[in-house]
Amino acid sequence: MQTTLTGKVWKYGDNVDTDVIIPARYLSTSVPAELAPHCMEDIDESFAKGVRKGDIIVAGNNFGCGSSREHAPIAIAGAGVSCIIAASYARIFFRNAINVGLPILECPDAVGEIGGGDAVEVDLEKGTVTDKTLGKTWTARPFPAFLRDLIASGGMVPWVRRQLETRGAGA
Amino acid sequence: MSGFTMAEAIIAAHSKDPAAPGNICGVRVDFAFANDITAPPSIKEFGNMGAKKVFDPARCAVLLDHFSPNKDIASAEQAKISREFAREQNLLFWEVGRVGVEHAFLPEQGYILPGEIILGADSHTCTGGALGALATGVGSTDLAATWALGTTWLRVPETCRVDFEGNPSPWVGGKDLILAVIGKLGVEGARYMALEFHGEGLSKLPLDGRMTMANMAVEAGGKAGLFLPDETVLDYAKARGKRQYSAIFPDRDAVYAKRIAIDLDALDPVVALPHLPENVRPAKECGDMPIDQVFIGSCTNGRMTDIEQAVKILKGRKVHDRVRLIVIPASYEVYNAALERGYIRDLTEAGAVVCTPTCGPCLGGYMGILAAGERCVSTSNRNFVGRMGSPKSEVILAGPMVAAASAIFGRVADPREV
Repeated sequence: MQTTLTGKVWKYGDNVDTDVIIPARYLSTSVPAELAPHCMEDIDESFAKGVRKGDIIVAGNNFGCGSSREHAPIAIAGAGVSCIIAASYARIFFRNAINVGLPILECPDAVGEIGGGDAVEVDLEKGTVTDKTLGKTWTARPFPAFLRDLIASGGMVPWVRRQLETRGAGA
Repeated sequence: MSGFTMAEAIIAAHSKDPAAPGNICGVRVDFAFANDITAPPSIKEFGNMGAKKVFDPARCAVLLDHFSPNKDIASAEQAKISREFAREQNLLFWEVGRVGVEHAFLPEQGYILPGEIILGADSHTCTGGALGALATGVGSTDLAATWALGTTWLRVPETCRVDFEGNPSPWVGGKDLILAVIGKLGVEGARYMALEFHGEGLSKLPLDGRMTMANMAVEAGGKAGLFLPDETVLDYAKARGKRQYSAIFPDRDAVYAKRIAIDLDALDPVVALPHLPENVRPAKECGDMPIDQVFIGSCTNGRMTDIEQAVKILKGRKVHDRVRLIVIPASYEVYNAALERGYIRDLTEAGAVVCTPTCGPCLGGYMGILAAGERCVSTSNRNFVGRMGSPKSEVILAGPMVAAASAIFGRVADPREV
């Protein structure tokens, strides 16, 4: 995984729910390229048209609340977003983002100051967020050790694969 | 050392890791299911994991309910993927006409039992908390991992204890109680937490009403909404249970991270106004708020008690000329019982359309999509922007009695007005 990410910021408020991230009317597919054109369309029609590869979503509390649809982080990643910085996440979205390999950071201080359109750089290894437009840097809340290992080892799919191999070898 | 909350006690019984709040525990999972939207990505990741067989076909299920009976070609293709996987794995699967909305059907069939850990690739899996199970929603990849391994990781949640004081009036039901909780906590007031419901007044609430409440724990950000299994639940589980189980209760000296109290004596029928479930108001204080549609159904309020409450208000009356009333029993057990008791006829004579079990309009799937500018009173669980159709439509959440009264008056109404 690339450890330094740079992009332009799309800024949203609290409680961005999975129904606006990807409305259910598009859930008869889970293909990223088919979901991406509808990402965020119910709250921000300009997003899908304007988003560029590497851009960063910055949002308030409880990002991704609502349904369990993994299509939500898939659509965001499919749209080219490199990372989300939020004050907090709803729990199912949090797990889903990690599982689909979409980097997420929890950094309420940064969210309070970063503005829409700012140029932001994220160092995933150090857990830092730098707003180049403002010239300020913050440190995100570290994840628990188990999750850091899960992410570092490539995510849930390879993790399960190894578990199955170990079991197979033991049998 | 202090005692366990109910969530901690259930996790402790399923894990070798210490079940202290904040810890991440590996846990055994008793039952794991997905639906027609979430199963196809699970099936794909199951393959990517190199898994060949689910951990136990009698503990894994796929239920077609969201866009089923198939609403279009794309959803038919998705359903086909689920069907083929279910047959290949020989896991639990029921065809259209014999299934229902997952969170109504699975408890009826005895697959959700006290003291268990249940994982569903659907956020309203927390409904199972009504039976005393730690039931929680996950995404498709997590579900696939459980199908492969029979385990998952859970962060032990802190618990918010909700004490209900006094007794509910006959005009309020489970929906009013849980909306009162969400109104008080806000949509992230219980983020990552388990809700644990207490209070003598709850014993008078039918199991259906408790399922309505547990169902919406996620709308306060909760991981689970737990009821202590009482005689009603233990009898129900004993009569229907498909597995051995043992009920688990919280310790007396459990430590709660948060506590709130709700006064049932003072609780009026309520609604949640657009566009968040926390925008809770008494129905009688909504003034003249005209509506275009009423939906009675969903995993929140599509059970027998809900249909019965609606029929009591609608029988012998007419749905307002400007309003379409859509009623969807959540399972065939409910559908057939309503048929036998004459409720379906009562509803159609009042001017309602009664459909086959499906999630349908709740998530803007089909069978009752809203146009721009339209407003719907719905017994479902979410009123987010665009939830039931156009992003310019509005959804007002309510229980079946408020919904039925609103259908008659053509505006948001308190059932006591009828």
